[in-house]
Amino acid sequence: MSRRRHSDENDGAQPHKRRRTSEPIEIEDRLESLICRVGEKSTSSLESNLEGLAGVLEADLPNYKNKILRILCAVARLLPEKLTVYTTLVGLLNARNYNFGGEFVEAMIRQLKETLKSNLYSEAVYLVRFLSDLVNCHVIAAPSMVAMFENFVSVTQEEDIPQVRSDWYVYAVLSCLPWVGKELYEKKDVEMDRLLNQIDGYLKRRQKIHVPMLQVWSAEKPHPQEEYLDCLWAQVQKLKKDRWQERHILRPYIAFDSVLCEALQHNLPPFTPPAHSDDAVYPMPHVVFRMFDYTDAPEGPVMPGSHSVERFVIEENLHCIIKSHWRERKTCAAQLLSYPGKNKIPLNYHIVEVIFGELFQLPSPPHIEVMYTALLIELCKLQPGSLPQVLAQATEMMYMRLDTMNTTCVDRFVSWFAHHLSNFQFRWSWDDWADCLTVDNEKPKPKFVKEVLEKCMRLSYHQRIVDIVPPSFSALIPAEPMFQYKYEDESNTASLPGFATAVTVTNAIKNRASNEEILAVLKEIPNPNQDDDDDEGDGFNPLKIDVFLQTLLHLAAKSFSHSFSALAKFHEVLKTLTESDEGKLHILKVVYEAWRKHPQMIAVLVDKMIRTQIVDCAAVANWIFSSDMAHDFTRLYMWEILHSTIRKMNKHVQKIQKELEEAKDKLEKQQHKKQKDSGDEEDMEKNSDDEDGQLEEQIERLQEKVESAQSEQKNLFLVIFQRFIMLLTEHLVRCETGSVDINTSWYKNCIERLQQIFLMHHVIIQQYMGTLENLLFTAELDHHILAVYQQFCALQL
Amino acid sequence: MSIKLNALFSDSYIDISQYRDQHFKGNRYEQEKLLKQSCTLYVGNLSFYTTEEQVYELFSKCGDVKRIIIGLDKVKKTACGFCFVEYYTRADAEHAMRFVNGTRLDDRIIRTDWDAGFKEGRQYGRGKSGGQVRDEYRQDYDPARGGYGKLAQLQRTPEAPHKF
Repeated sequence: MSRRRHSDENDGAQPHKRRRTSEPIEIEDRLESLICRVGEKSTSSLESNLEGLAGVLEADLPNYKNKILRILCAVARLLPEKLTVYTTLVGLLNARNYNFGGEFVEAMIRQLKETLKSNLYSEAVYLVRFLSDLVNCHVIAAPSMVAMFENFVSVTQEEDIPQVRSDWYVYAVLSCLPWVGKELYEKKDVEMDRLLNQIDGYLKRRQKIHVPMLQVWSAEKPHPQEEYLDCLWAQVQKLKKDRWQERHILRPYIAFDSVLCEALQHNLPPFTPPAHSDDAVYPMPHVVFRMFDYTDAPEGPVMPGSHSVERFVIEENLHCIIKSHWRERKTCAAQLLSYPGKNKIPLNYHIVEVIFGELFQLPSPPHIEVMYTALLIELCKLQPGSLPQVLAQATEMMYMRLDTMNTTCVDRFVSWFAHHLSNFQFRWSWDDWADCLTVDNEKPKPKFVKEVLEKCMRLSYHQRIVDIVPPSFSALIPAEPMFQYKYEDESNTASLPGFATAVTVTNAIKNRASNEEILAVLKEIPNPNQDDDDDEGDGFNPLKIDVFLQTLLHLAAKSFSHSFSALAKFHEVLKTLTESDEGKLHILKVVYEAWRKHPQMIAVLVDKMIRTQIVDCAAVANWIFSSDMAHDFTRLYMWEILHSTIRKMNKHVQKIQKELEEAKDKLEKQQHKKQKDSGDEEDMEKNSDDEDGQLEEQIERLQEKVESAQSEQKNLFLVIFQRFIMLLTEHLVRCETGSVDINTSWYKNCIERLQQIFLMHHVIIQQYMGTLENLLFTAELDHHILAVYQQFCALQL
Repeated sequence: MSIKLNALFSDSYIDISQYRDQHFKGNRYEQEKLLKQSCTLYVGNLSFYTTEEQVYELFSKCGDVKRIIIGLDKVKKTACGFCFVEYYTRADAEHAMRFVNGTRLDDRIIRTDWDAGFKEGRQYGRGKSGGQVRDEYRQDYDPARGGYGKLAQLQRTPEAPHKF
């Protein structure tokens, strides 16, 4: 007789319980492991593994049904790249145990509702796709799936909803059709035609103002950057024309057809899409990134066309693999390279295209940028004979198309390329890019090379850069990052005001003078701006700032740490000198003048000065837009400083908001506790009243702090937008009066930088839409500028 | 209802290593606790010539860097091939463990590891000669780390003849 673990009919509760304490956890882990790993490399065929696993699970159903249900629901949600493996497994289980199949379907529906409520829209798509593939496995009856799709598509008839809501429901339906289109058309072609017609109508009337803002390249050639729903629709139409013949998707259930078609199917319960609510955050629209076509992969398998459904499926699966494994770069690379069916497609090209698609995605990449660099390096390691060449080809292609590449994407291209090169001894065939030397330096190609070399220098050193590029490229090499000391030359004693004091200050600092002593020395300096009434001389004195800061930074020029120490040591002096807004602006000016050849140093000093409140964020914004900085306005480092400044502002607001929430929670808990403890001695009540009072005071203070921080944040964005509008309007008016084409390199850069502000900080900016519309982006504005605002609004409509 | 499948989605790059600082003031448990919440990374196998600026540039790709402390030879007070990088948030430091560890800086594969937190004195090498311990005993020639290891250097230079 077999020693069955779960023999309830035996002795009684005791032995049964004893056996259960050590085994179930191990068994549950084993179940999880078995289910998760099915489909991976194995000595046996996938079919026999699935058959075996189905047998094991069927046997475990009586005791581990709930656990198995939960694991299967989880893999449906989290392992979409293995969709058909798991639908087949569920199909086999359903064939052996009809009730289990029904319970699984119910559990999936519950999970779907939860994911929709929690704004987990990409996971919800995987669940819907899973359900639809269950039709192919005879678990779900086709008519009930069609009914669910009909309910989804009816969302397009809802009124007063954001477009992104109906977009999602249409996307969910369309993205299932590669898997289940054939089956549904065979069973319910009339209904499906009607469905597709409705979708067609919707797609024709939905607005696409947002598209230009999301495109990586503005040119249509060689590959149009299509809006994602348009592309998917074209793919589905082509699939329909091909009579739903789809040959790429791996379908293990076909091998089990004789077993599965004997199974009884379940009907999906009628599914009403949850109503729209204000907290719903639907996915933003996106544009399909394409850089390769069949002409680019010279040998081997042909790349599926841009409107083929194969292309859609491959890209979906590769995106899913990255989503699952981005934290583990070696695993991620290995999983990408072992994509099933890889021998029939130019896999390296697909992988490179998908990775760059994510890296350049607007508004922002799904994962941190540095991940993609690390992942590409791992891929090069695993396929050293083929991947580096594809990557080089891609880089070359992107260089060729720089003229129409979105500035934000160019930034990311620069950062990626420099970082990548630094891992490969900066080896590159720069001569191939000699064409960039023949045009004006502000044009996209030479500008790109300049920025790349600047970033490469930051990761190495100046002489290295000189060594790695051909001599013809010397005009594009960054300056040697040296301090520019104003008070260097002694022969300037007479001509340069403040020179003498600079020497005094130098000696004072070397002799470890205190803040007061320094301030006393600085009092001697005459104020070029001085009003006669300003006897104290405490007003804004640009010369004082100049002399002190130039000297201080000169003494501390050796390294970042030295400079930070200097700023910390003389914090008091600096705060005094920069009390006024003019003071704050001037200190930035002085920092720039001193370190203009070392933008990296400028960036870290500005960062420190904000964090130690020597300058505020608005001052930095005003400085960046000031006429003094106009010549550097298109340089990448300026925008890195601005975005870093905005991020600091945002984090500051978040931090205080969090403190406020925590204090409020604490008060609530305390009051709750008081209610429960009431009836205790008077003393305790009095103490807790005091505690309450203190907390309430703290909450009031924090509330004020939050309001003040939010006001500062709003003001920062207003300043930035105002300055953009002024600059752009000036340019547009000048061009119009001069009858000159507005589309200069500067203009393209500037207008895309404006877009970048919206895209990079869209969550925060959305809070201020009302003010923006009433104060700044009004109908009187030039339509070129207004278009940017309108495109932004269209992103979440 | 649904579970996370933690076994499948590992995040092994952020695990703490076997290394424990022998000079740590506290027991193993305390050290491990700090390592698991730390925002500070030890960075090793740097060239002696790698600058603070280079480290800033690379590690800033993972988030805002709070400070960098370059490791120094205890005697010479010059860089001796390691540093500490401190981030403002743990999440940023985790990204560095996932995406910078094992990649190149200044043409060398660098290694990052969790650190329990910088304390004054920890910026100095603990090798007998003043540099890092690993440079005391290694036998290979590494031009970016002072050439041969200290012991190997002594073996190579013939000693002055004894005067008796």
